[in-house]
Amino acid sequence: MAYPYRDEREVRILSAHFGDPEARTLAGWRQRGGYEALGQALALSPEQVTEIVKNSALRGRGGAGFPTGLKWSFLRNDGRPHYVLVNSDESEPGAFKDRELCRWTPHQLLEGALINAYAIRAQHVYIYMRGEFFEPAQIVARAIDEAYAAGIAGPDVLGSGVTIDVTLHLGAGAYICGEETALMNSLEGRRGQPRVKPPFPAVFGAFGQPTNINNVETLCTVPHIIRNGADWWRSIGTDKSTGTKLFNMSGHLVRRGNFEFPLGFNMKELIYDVCGGIRDGRSLKAVIPGGSSVPMLAAHELDIPCAYERVATAGSKLGTASMIVMDDRTDIVKQVRRMVEFYAHESCGQCTPCREGTAWLARIMRRIEAGQGTEADLALLVDLGKNMTGTTICVLSDSAAAPVLSSLAKFKDEYLALIGRAAPVAAAV
Amino acid sequence: MSALDGVPGALARLEARQALGRPAPNAAPVRFTLDGNEITALPGETILQAAARHDVPVPHLCYTEGLRPDGNCRACMVEIAGERVLAPSCCRYPTKGMQVSTKSKRALKAQKLVLELLLTDSPEPAPGVDSELNRWARQLGVSAYRLPRRAQPEPDLSHPAIEVRLDACIQCTRCVRACREEQVNDVIGYAHRGSEAKIVFDLDDPMGLSTCVACGECVQACPTGALLPVLTQAPGERPRPERVVESLCPYCGVGCQTTIHVRDDRVHAIEGRDGPSNLGRLCVKGRFGFDYVHHPQRLLKPLIRREGVPKDAMQLADPGRPLDVFREASWEEALDAAACGLQALHSSHGPGALAGFGSAKGSNEEAYLFQKLIRVGFGTNNVDHCTRLCHASSVAALMENVSSGAVSNQVSDVQYADCFLVIGANPTVNHPVAATFMKNAIERGAKLILADPRRTELARHATHVLQFRPDTDVALLNAMLHTIIDEGLANRDFIRDRTLGYEALAGMLRAYSPEAMQHICGIPAAEIRAAARLYATSPRAMIFWGMGVSQHVHGTDNARCLISLALLTGQIGRRGTGLHPLRGQNNVQGASDMGLIPMFYPDYRPVTDPAARAYFGELWGRADLDPEKGLTVVEIMNAALKKQVRGMYIMGENPAMSDPDVAHAREALAALDFLVVQDIFLTETASLADVILPASAFPEKTGTFTNTDRRVQLGRAALPLPGEVRQDLWIIQELARRLGLDWSHRESADVWQEIRRAVPSSGGITWERLEREHAVTYPCRNEGDPGESVIFTQSFPTPTGRAQFTPAEFRRGDEPPDAEYPLVFITGRILEHWHTGAMTRRAGVLDALEPLPMVSMAPAELAKLGLAPGDAVTVRSRRGSVTALVRRDPAVPAGSVFMPFAYVEAAANLLTNPKLDPFGKIPEFKYCAVGVERAATAPGVAGYGIAAEVWAGGEAEARAEGPAAS
Repeated sequence: MAYPYRDEREVRILSAHFGDPEARTLAGWRQRGGYEALGQALALSPEQVTEIVKNSALRGRGGAGFPTGLKWSFLRNDGRPHYVLVNSDESEPGAFKDRELCRWTPHQLLEGALINAYAIRAQHVYIYMRGEFFEPAQIVARAIDEAYAAGIAGPDVLGSGVTIDVTLHLGAGAYICGEETALMNSLEGRRGQPRVKPPFPAVFGAFGQPTNINNVETLCTVPHIIRNGADWWRSIGTDKSTGTKLFNMSGHLVRRGNFEFPLGFNMKELIYDVCGGIRDGRSLKAVIPGGSSVPMLAAHELDIPCAYERVATAGSKLGTASMIVMDDRTDIVKQVRRMVEFYAHESCGQCTPCREGTAWLARIMRRIEAGQGTEADLALLVDLGKNMTGTTICVLSDSAAAPVLSSLAKFKDEYLALIGRAAPVAAAV
Repeated sequence: MSALDGVPGALARLEARQALGRPAPNAAPVRFTLDGNEITALPGETILQAAARHDVPVPHLCYTEGLRPDGNCRACMVEIAGERVLAPSCCRYPTKGMQVSTKSKRALKAQKLVLELLLTDSPEPAPGVDSELNRWARQLGVSAYRLPRRAQPEPDLSHPAIEVRLDACIQCTRCVRACREEQVNDVIGYAHRGSEAKIVFDLDDPMGLSTCVACGECVQACPTGALLPVLTQAPGERPRPERVVESLCPYCGVGCQTTIHVRDDRVHAIEGRDGPSNLGRLCVKGRFGFDYVHHPQRLLKPLIRREGVPKDAMQLADPGRPLDVFREASWEEALDAAACGLQALHSSHGPGALAGFGSAKGSNEEAYLFQKLIRVGFGTNNVDHCTRLCHASSVAALMENVSSGAVSNQVSDVQYADCFLVIGANPTVNHPVAATFMKNAIERGAKLILADPRRTELARHATHVLQFRPDTDVALLNAMLHTIIDEGLANRDFIRDRTLGYEALAGMLRAYSPEAMQHICGIPAAEIRAAARLYATSPRAMIFWGMGVSQHVHGTDNARCLISLALLTGQIGRRGTGLHPLRGQNNVQGASDMGLIPMFYPDYRPVTDPAARAYFGELWGRADLDPEKGLTVVEIMNAALKKQVRGMYIMGENPAMSDPDVAHAREALAALDFLVVQDIFLTETASLADVILPASAFPEKTGTFTNTDRRVQLGRAALPLPGEVRQDLWIIQELARRLGLDWSHRESADVWQEIRRAVPSSGGITWERLEREHAVTYPCRNEGDPGESVIFTQSFPTPTGRAQFTPAEFRRGDEPPDAEYPLVFITGRILEHWHTGAMTRRAGVLDALEPLPMVSMAPAELAKLGLAPGDAVTVRSRRGSVTALVRRDPAVPAGSVFMPFAYVEAAANLLTNPKLDPFGKIPEFKYCAVGVERAATAPGVAGYGIAAEVWAGGEAEARAEGPAAS
């Protein structure tokens, strides 16, 4: 079943059953090979499971691309309670992959989370889900109930004697709670604001205990890796970016939606062939390749493989592979102002450079957009933006600065056009 | 640790901090490179702290010593070689070989931008406010304003003590941490997010209407003057202090160290100092209750009763008009009159006709000389003080069973406890700073068992709340003891090796099963058992108690049960265990140590012990010291009425307010042939005096004070003596000379030298060390001893080295409720007022916060009587009646009434029962029978003229100026 579009070049592993309601049920999932990997994992030692994930060179799909197996191996078997957190607080503008994974393959997520818990000796999994995900939450909750009823979750997972409880927790509408330590604070009932690191979650995480937190997509890949082996996963993708990845394609494209490709797939091909190019016969102006918090790329910069290392070389980040494609009618200053306002609104208000800086950025952007900016404002944006990068507890501040700095580098003419005179008539959609 | 040698008191503070459960990753000294120089960070030091100690300034705003580093302001960013992003130096610990740059281009740029961002929206600091933001901005040359200021909120001036000016707020959240993490009052919050983020009180209420308890920790923490103490009547006016003096708080036994800010020879402000008992914290009394010393009613000249003006116990003198009753006199005349009056009674009626009350508010040196004067000059042991009214029964039980009346473990030990029992104490009100450490311990994971007839504030933090029926302490505690034996939880090794008398206790306890006692104490048996189990099975458990335990006719029995609890489980003699009777007055421990009690010489040597008598006879140069125990406080009053005691010298005590059945006490004082009172105000007691000697107030004197933790601390004079006021020490010595004693004039430091000989357990504490370290714990027998914070570690100071179990049978209080007096009357204190109110009701902020006498009753009782909160009620007992406003308080159990005794216009002690505990001779302040009715007329605003000025404001002025004013 095509969902919503399908391309024959896709390699569908995680998304194989998107659009198939039967795959949502436990029975349907089992018919499709579900929970075999969990059984296989339980027959191994926790360290062996972690080793397989390590060998697969899987990188976290939440945006940072940190090696998953390495992160799992940070947890020590020290007798303290351990926790697995599933980051399902997908809120990045442009990202909509975890939502679909939860909607269509809740058991795929559960299976990955249970394997994760077994591998780090956690007895409790908390799935922290974005509060607005009403439908996915209902689906995941149902899957959890099914898993408990079938002895997959709870006191004796698949008869192994291992206890793993699963709790679904809904967020309350703060973007910042997708940041892993803010998520932990929020889960504990505290104000949702990021924590200073170190100490890192592997030492001091949820409830002050060793914690391993992973993105939904990351965990969804884990059962496949356990079942098919690390070598199989490494045979897909590039050396440094193994396996497949969901690409969330949005913006002025003919075909939008989730597509699953091996990492390393060409970005230009993805946009122009798979997604059918730009709507209404327009041309492409800019792409934000990894969700709103990464630097934008201009039209001539797109002939690159979609792999973490290659997008980085091109001056941006693959991030969550949530591509926002903008056509030639787009008012870059307005788009950047909207993004900056989003971050100003979502800043937790903890660190000075972010709390004050995002507000300053927004005020300056509004001033420029209104035709009241000066060249000094552009210099101030750069000065501010640079100092908002790498100076705060979390990277929300960096994220707010990224579109400002990259648009100023690549589309400075649009800013200059606005300085000292009224805004151009042509407005974006 | 050695690196801390030579830093005064650093070790004690470090220990106290570490006890707060904030372990740092670097447990050993670390060598690292700071701006190119190799330096060593001490264990637990962050990069910022190490830099500061090496005089490398790194700007910082959200960090301050004593608060958890939060790392939010990002002003302290430094560059660490090999790291992609900058690091907040307040939160980062150096590692070996780390290369840190505080002044790299990138670090400086980040530091300056933070200052600029904050400075842009900040107002010019108010005059006299030393804003840390402006200081750092000056230092780093930041002044550029590249954006216009945003709109800022209006000031909130709704609180009498604290101004809230959020225009100066930089969202550093030091106040939030001070309120929530240090004091655990949970009033201040951080609301909204992004640039809308703001400091709020409760649900963004005006501060004056919030649940703020005005500890002022937030004010002390605020770096920019967004939270300020109200210093003058003109909001915003902030004169700078001319000098600061390191001293102590004059109120409770916690022993907070303070810094007194002085301007124009007046106390200008008080700040918490980093003492081992308070770590910089204070409460509302300590921080804002200082202006009593400047109250217009201060006695400035000696007074002598006018000829022919009778002493009227029913009509006390107006403290604002002393000259109606007294005439001014020179010191020469007043001292001569005082000495002659006492001397005459001594000659005519013998030493037993004289008695003295010293004070637990005075210094150790004053207490020591006072008791010496009474014993040597008067020749009697009739000397006592208010310890008799607070912990006499506790001390009796402790002396009986462990041979030491002081606490076994210090308050800060609660940080090591897994569980602690608080019974008959309301520390958030009466020992607020100690309560903060208890709450810190609970935050850290310790479990609290709270036992009290009232559901006090700590209940919010407790695991078990045992709200037992008043007067049934022994039933509850015996049931807990029974459970421990019954369930095999007793510590058999400890009982075998270190105690005596277990069999007798176990035998008696058989009848006290929780199932039998639940009907008496009102706590379900399962709950009693659960609490007993928790206490007994915790690795380390501690007991704190207060006057809810001691002030009963069975107060000694109550304390015996608590001692048995600790002995039965072996929860004593180790860190985080032990027995801690929370001492009331700032120097009640010291005054007792100094022998200001009728049965003991200094260091608790019995007056009946010939060896002790010989020792002190020699030390003091009088061979024929009185060999009999003297009379206690209430006994002296009774003896006065019977004309057995005819003359008294009272220094700093106010029995005319603090004694039970105070009408009787006033009659007794009025019946004296001759009374000399030495005090700072015309107290209710002084109003019955023949001679009044104007005394020095706390901030005017230098001396040592011993807190509840057995810590001897130095209070230093900050103010000159006003008017003709003299030092108490001078007055005592002048009287002594006139009584024929060959005493030369000595300062506190000299007197302390003698005390070291009289009190060997403090013999190792030198004055120089006190000046250097500010606080030393005893026992400290030899110079250089560190001082023992935990005692009884190996043995008890009894003849056998073992502690004793003393079984206590349950018996009822003296005066149970009946048809005519159907309610139980419980007296106590409130946060804002100290003891009889002589000081705090003359402190502007405190009297403004709680200006009116009140009784608290359960909502159900109010409903039964058809009363609404704020109605005037008359409370009557067999001994008297008072009128006060009624307060709705769900914490008070049905069938009871709670009343603070600080209000002269409705003195709760007119109602209390003077019946004494047979061992401790302590009266039953916590239990008598009363009736309550709606009053015909409301009580007027009385006090000492403060509330009307500060709180009622315009209304009071209108009243004063209006035609109806009389």
